[in-house]
Amino acid sequence: MLALSYPVETAIKMGAVLAVIPVGALILVYVFLFKMMSHMQSRLGPMEAGFHGTLQPVVEGVKFLQKEDLIPNGADRRIFALAPLVVIIATFLIYAVIPAGPDLVISNLDVGVFYALAVGSLSVLGVLMAGWASANKYSLLGSLRAAGQLIAYELPLVLAVVGVVIQAGTMSLSGIVEAQAEGEIFGFGGIGNPYILTQFIGFALFVVSSQAELTQAPFDMPIAESELVAGYMTEYSGFRFLFFFIGEFATAFALSAIAATLFLGGWYFPGLGTDGALANLAGPIVLMGKIMLMAFFIFWMRFTYPRLREDQLQTFAWKWLIPISLVNIAVTGVLKVAF
Amino acid sequence: MSGANVAFGVLAAVMAVSAIRVVTTKNVVHAALYLVLVLAGVAGIFILLAAEFLAIVQILVYIGAIVVLFLFGIMLTRAPIGRAPDLDNDQRAIGAVVAMFLFGVLGWILYDGFGDTQLQLRDVGRSGDVGASIFSTFVVPFEVISVLLLAALVGAVVIARRD
Repeated sequence: MLALSYPVETAIKMGAVLAVIPVGALILVYVFLFKMMSHMQSRLGPMEAGFHGTLQPVVEGVKFLQKEDLIPNGADRRIFALAPLVVIIATFLIYAVIPAGPDLVISNLDVGVFYALAVGSLSVLGVLMAGWASANKYSLLGSLRAAGQLIAYELPLVLAVVGVVIQAGTMSLSGIVEAQAEGEIFGFGGIGNPYILTQFIGFALFVVSSQAELTQAPFDMPIAESELVAGYMTEYSGFRFLFFFIGEFATAFALSAIAATLFLGGWYFPGLGTDGALANLAGPIVLMGKIMLMAFFIFWMRFTYPRLREDQLQTFAWKWLIPISLVNIAVTGVLKVAF
Repeated sequence: MSGANVAFGVLAAVMAVSAIRVVTTKNVVHAALYLVLVLAGVAGIFILLAAEFLAIVQILVYIGAIVVLFLFGIMLTRAPIGRAPDLDNDQRAIGAVVAMFLFGVLGWILYDGFGDTQLQLRDVGRSGDVGASIFSTFVVPFEVISVLLLAALVGAVVIARRD
């Protein structure tokens, strides 16, 4: 490992995260929102800007930047301006603990996955601020729906992770990847032991809850356009709206990365080893492949299922997901002690 | 003066100012948001004390859940934008007495517990050690709190049920 001074190392890490967030978000926007959805609906999607419309996300970004920055007359100006920042900073902070290789991690915290879920939960604060400060009934209703939904689905999200933490014996994301790489399936250690095999209930819970955390269809009650215009984002325009938009897809990217790390083995690929230059070089590519796989699954659900009703959504979280995740924890704990 | 001392000074100043603003601001939502700053400062101080796990719990539980629930409740009922005239009441004297009493008790506990011992905070507390001590040394208080929370939960269900 190169020996760098602390300020240089920190600057490189900050730069890496600042580059990964918009690039990751734009890749998801192009590949899934523009192209996959279009082809699923038997149309081409954007084709003009660049090869097969590859530059379309950049063009859209520039479009938002030159739009007028509107703040409603009755709004609470300071809070209105602050809200998108809270959302994007909460997303930004998640990236600090995601490992892209044996040494490629901003900060290998002992409480890694717990930290990621905790800072991820801060975005709901920004959503509530946005809805309230807009001085608009649709915005307020949207943010209240969002808060109710995010509180309800955060519990199964956190509880689904507990099973993995029990099995790996650590909360550090790097530690969880290593535990999967060194694991064995009935004595066969050739491909490690990705926890999707033993924790498939936790995996299903995690994917469903992250779908709800992203407020995507079928859980898009907070921004249901036929009822609430655009929910808490109704009054936002220009670069502030762009912040919300990038935040949404950057969170999808981050949650896919966490799911890939927890359940699919993260940066580890069988045969490439768990340390050394090869694993460090291949790690980001392997992780990116797994992220795209997870994101494909998440967006596939988004484009396929119709919206749930608010009461169905709450019933689903409190009466189904949370009890199932509690049973999953108990069973995992018993099996951990037994084997 | 070490970096930790500077960080403590900044955090303490932000927390003190925000705490005063929580009670002096003329808008309930602003008060709740200043409370977020105070609680985030507490999380920062936990990090300075090498209690990483506690800092994350502070963020997840207090900011991510409790303040969000506060805001949710305020916005669901009544939260006008701008200054509200009726946020003060005539219980300042009682409030001052309670605050002084609490300050005295907490200060005395800190003095009684630590005296003038210098704590060496070189190692970050591992979450595994926290878990082990909860389930060995502090298992009785832990179970008592579990039962208390269960009772609160049952009570909430009873109040919320309409039949």
